[in-house]
Amino acid sequence: MTLATVPYWGQTLIKVLLVLIAVPTATALIVQTFLFKVMAHMQSRLGPMEAGPHGSLQLMADGGKFLQKELIAPARADKKVFVLAPVIVLISTFMLYVVIPIGPGAIGEDLDTGIFFALAVSSLSVIGILAAGWASANKFSLIGGLRAAGQLIAYELPLVLAVVGVVMMAGTLSLQGIIHAQTHFHLFGTDLVAPFALPQFVGFVLFLIAAQAELTQTPFDMPIAESELVAGYQTEYSGLLFLFFYIGEFGTAFGLSAIAATLFLGGWWVPFYHPTGLWGDLFGFGVLFAKTMGIAFLIFWIRFTYPRFREDQLQAFAWKVLIPVALVNVLATAVFKVVIG
Amino acid sequence: MAVNVTDRQRSAYIAAQAADARVNVELEAEGMTLNIGPQHPATHGTLRIVVRLDGEQVLWAEPVAGYMHRGYEKLTEVRTYPQITTLVNRIDWLGSFCNEVPFILAAEKLMDVEAPPRAQWIRCILFELGRIANLILFLGDMGVQLGALTPVFFAFRDREHVLNLIESATGGRFHPNFDRIGGLKEDFPKGWIDETKGVLKKVVGFCDEIETLLMGNEIFERRTRGIGVIPPHVAMEYGLSGANARASGIDFDLRRDEASPLPWDKCDFKVWTHPDGDSFARYWVRLQEVRESAKIVRQLLEGIPSGAIQAKVPRIIKVPAGEAWVHTENPLGEMGYYVVSQGGLGPFRCKIRTPSFSNVSITPWLLRGVFVPDVITILASLYFILGDIDR
Repeated sequence: MTLATVPYWGQTLIKVLLVLIAVPTATALIVQTFLFKVMAHMQSRLGPMEAGPHGSLQLMADGGKFLQKELIAPARADKKVFVLAPVIVLISTFMLYVVIPIGPGAIGEDLDTGIFFALAVSSLSVIGILAAGWASANKFSLIGGLRAAGQLIAYELPLVLAVVGVVMMAGTLSLQGIIHAQTHFHLFGTDLVAPFALPQFVGFVLFLIAAQAELTQTPFDMPIAESELVAGYQTEYSGLLFLFFYIGEFGTAFGLSAIAATLFLGGWWVPFYHPTGLWGDLFGFGVLFAKTMGIAFLIFWIRFTYPRFREDQLQAFAWKVLIPVALVNVLATAVFKVVIG
Repeated sequence: MAVNVTDRQRSAYIAAQAADARVNVELEAEGMTLNIGPQHPATHGTLRIVVRLDGEQVLWAEPVAGYMHRGYEKLTEVRTYPQITTLVNRIDWLGSFCNEVPFILAAEKLMDVEAPPRAQWIRCILFELGRIANLILFLGDMGVQLGALTPVFFAFRDREHVLNLIESATGGRFHPNFDRIGGLKEDFPKGWIDETKGVLKKVVGFCDEIETLLMGNEIFERRTRGIGVIPPHVAMEYGLSGANARASGIDFDLRRDEASPLPWDKCDFKVWTHPDGDSFARYWVRLQEVRESAKIVRQLLEGIPSGAIQAKVPRIIKVPAGEAWVHTENPLGEMGYYVVSQGGLGPFRCKIRTPSFSNVSITPWLLRGVFVPDVITILASLYFILGDIDR
């Protein structure tokens, strides 16, 4: 029985369930791998070691702890908005996963405007963050929320402009279409098939930097800035609602890494081996997963190494460096597209 | 018109008025008052800084000390001299041994006792090791304040070697309580000197590592250069000392400038200054200071004399009446004890001059007009320890 024979509502139900499983799993993987272990070993310590072999079940313990905790809202908080804000952030993360293709025939929803949808929903989270900052009735939260809003809007532009280059080369907004375009792309008219990371190298770097900022990871973690703002917009959150922010942050980290892998590294596709059918989907999933973890490693490696920018430096970097470079990149891509074809 | 109101009504009215006033203050006043601390991740202790913000810019700032006051100055009056080292250990808790030395020196000065040379050399070695342990943590902690998590773990890793040394020599990692009037508690254990030479290599290695990992970082330079500039005359007016003064170009170091029983004058070391006076300069000077301290310890280990470690002192220590002021160059700056004795078992009065208290007093002047992230940079670069402010 294939998915196509299932009625529409059944398909939708299965997809929703899959996304609902995928996001927490991806978050768990990212947090366990990078935040607990890779970070610890980079910092010459062991990280969690007690729960399970080499601390592999630590996340279960942490998750259990979060679920047990009481939800505390400050007395002067706007209760409805306070509860709703993390949910908005979480929804934007879940919607991001819908359009990520994990195999030749496996995708939540192959929209014609896939990448457009992905960027649109990922920027929804700014509403949740701003709401959280305002509703917490805490000055640190407020500053953090406003910083986050300013930063996410500023870095949305280079993110989109970096994608524009890829979209022009592929000639489509569909994420499956972009992968197919990469399978047929020949570098400089030779027989060498290359993913877009090579011709769009500038775009790739821009996308990674902007993604780093969108995820508010160091050096762009001004909104959280635990040494000055305590925890920014997350200060007053506890228990499940804090867990929602947590899943939002690291689930999106995995999602944006997967999108970067799709746009620039060919997603589920590898050269010389093209299985089809169910095996093809499973193999593609494995390939995409490996590429995604590679990019996520880059993001977290930088996070553990760098100090953070100041707010004005951060804005200047976006508007004075990234956006001009991105515009030039778009222009150059257009010229090459016309000249070389 | 006389109206009869119950107490309950009256208090309700007062509460409503107060609530109104609060709202009005929030609405009318320019900017917003932000309490950084007393419980805040950046103050590593319980310093409270009230800042008035216009957006993210600081209009004025006021440090509020006293949340960690433990009354050591008063307590010294009801303790005997040998007991007081236990108290002063806890003033600057990262370089504890350095707190004991000036107090013991002041007591020795009053009693007219001189410790044997070997005791003075061991004191000096432990003093400099305390400085290394203290400043290494600063070098890593500055990274945390600026958002770089990794350096502090390297700092903890390498400080551990130094603390192990201090522990094996004195028996206490943090609070040695090792200095005695007229000498020391014990001599070095066997093999300690060779081990120390190995650790000094690690310390210098840490300095090189932090120089490439953090100080060479573009973002670090941008966050610290030109931030929190203290001109030399302002530094003098506020009584800054230690690396904070030297980073403003004031060439002042008590180890070199003042005759001391401790054998600093027998070592060859450089007092580093920096002309800029900004946060970067303060970081840079402290980094060089760790290297110089390692150099001093190496020289002292080479030339350490043999002999007794304890001079002859009476079993019950009674200090003759008089006054003594002894100050030394501690990791954080100039630390001094003014001991007044009336011939009893303990001091009549003991005034403790701690460096952090003066160093933090400059914050209202320094924080005016900077942005919130720079507040943290400046506070981190001034490097205070709460126990050293409040005592």
